[in-house]
Amino acid sequence: MSETHALDQIAAWRAAGRKTALATVVQTWGSSPRPAGSHMAINDRNEFVGSVSGGCIEGAVVEAAREVMTSGVPKTLDFGVTNEMAWEVGLACGGKVRVFVEAVE
Amino acid sequence: MKARLLSQLQACIAAKEPVALVTDTATGAQSLVGEDVQGDVPLEAHLGEIKRRIAADKSGAIENTSLFVRVYSPNPRLVVVGAVHIAQSLVPLAQIAGFEVVVIDPRAAFLTAGKLAGATTIEDWPDDGMKLVRPDGRTAVVTLTHDPKLDDPALAAALRSPAFYIGALGSRKTHDKRLQRLRGDGFTDSDLARIRGPVGLDINAISPPEIAVSIIAQVIETLRAGAK
Repeated sequence: MSETHALDQIAAWRAAGRKTALATVVQTWGSSPRPAGSHMAINDRNEFVGSVSGGCIEGAVVEAAREVMTSGVPKTLDFGVTNEMAWEVGLACGGKVRVFVEAVE
Repeated sequence: MKARLLSQLQACIAAKEPVALVTDTATGAQSLVGEDVQGDVPLEAHLGEIKRRIAADKSGAIENTSLFVRVYSPNPRLVVVGAVHIAQSLVPLAQIAGFEVVVIDPRAAFLTAGKLAGATTIEDWPDDGMKLVRPDGRTAVVTLTHDPKLDDPALAAALRSPAFYIGALGSRKTHDKRLQRLRGDGFTDSDLARIRGPVGLDINAISPPEIAVSIIAQVIETLRAGAK
């Protein structure tokens, strides 16, 4: 199962009439679990495939993706232990990741 | 991302053409860099770095810009010689790990008896089969038949190729005899050092599925050497 699976999933969801977004890890610092380029596909039913961390921040990325699907405006999200959201969605590993979320339309 | 760009990207991936999607994360504008460049991002100043990243299969941000380069390379390949019991586990394991799998065996009964769904099968002698496969630097070759007349020609072809991994199933004794035969074919000790035998990481594997795990683990270890 390669990373292109997320792209194929987006195409399939779009063909089925769903709104979709693509999240991509664009930068990492320290011991982050997924390297730059890792993809996660999200649709407007909160379904997702792929991952941008070890499961720590996927929930928050799905939230952001819903906004992006509605507005059409991409977002860049920063996650890490120093983040103010740390207690909610921080990375237990102590790493930091930057995730770019865009609608596919 | 525009749906049209996604289709173009998927077409490049399907055609096994190495390609990069460049995103300006400040604006969301995107360009596709493959054999030619299409899209909205002015890239002239960065084309050199983008091409270097494509060649190295390394996604990442371009320093001091808001540009992110996502490289899509064709999947690595695993060539399995011998559709034996271990192959039935090795094929799905390798596919889950992202490899495209080719199985070569001249014995039709073995190819059809095995659970090799999704793998490309070549019903031919390994020397002819390897000519079709043409291993490159992103190809691993594993021989599983124990039979010198099947394994040896495949190993010889693999040694003459830039395959990143070559493994041969068999005990130490079998392996020593194999190396002697290949030396007789003119291969040097440094050529033969490329062959991993007994094949696989030493995890005390006993059953065929366990041996398959040890093999795919060693293939990944070699593929990712230096990646960290």
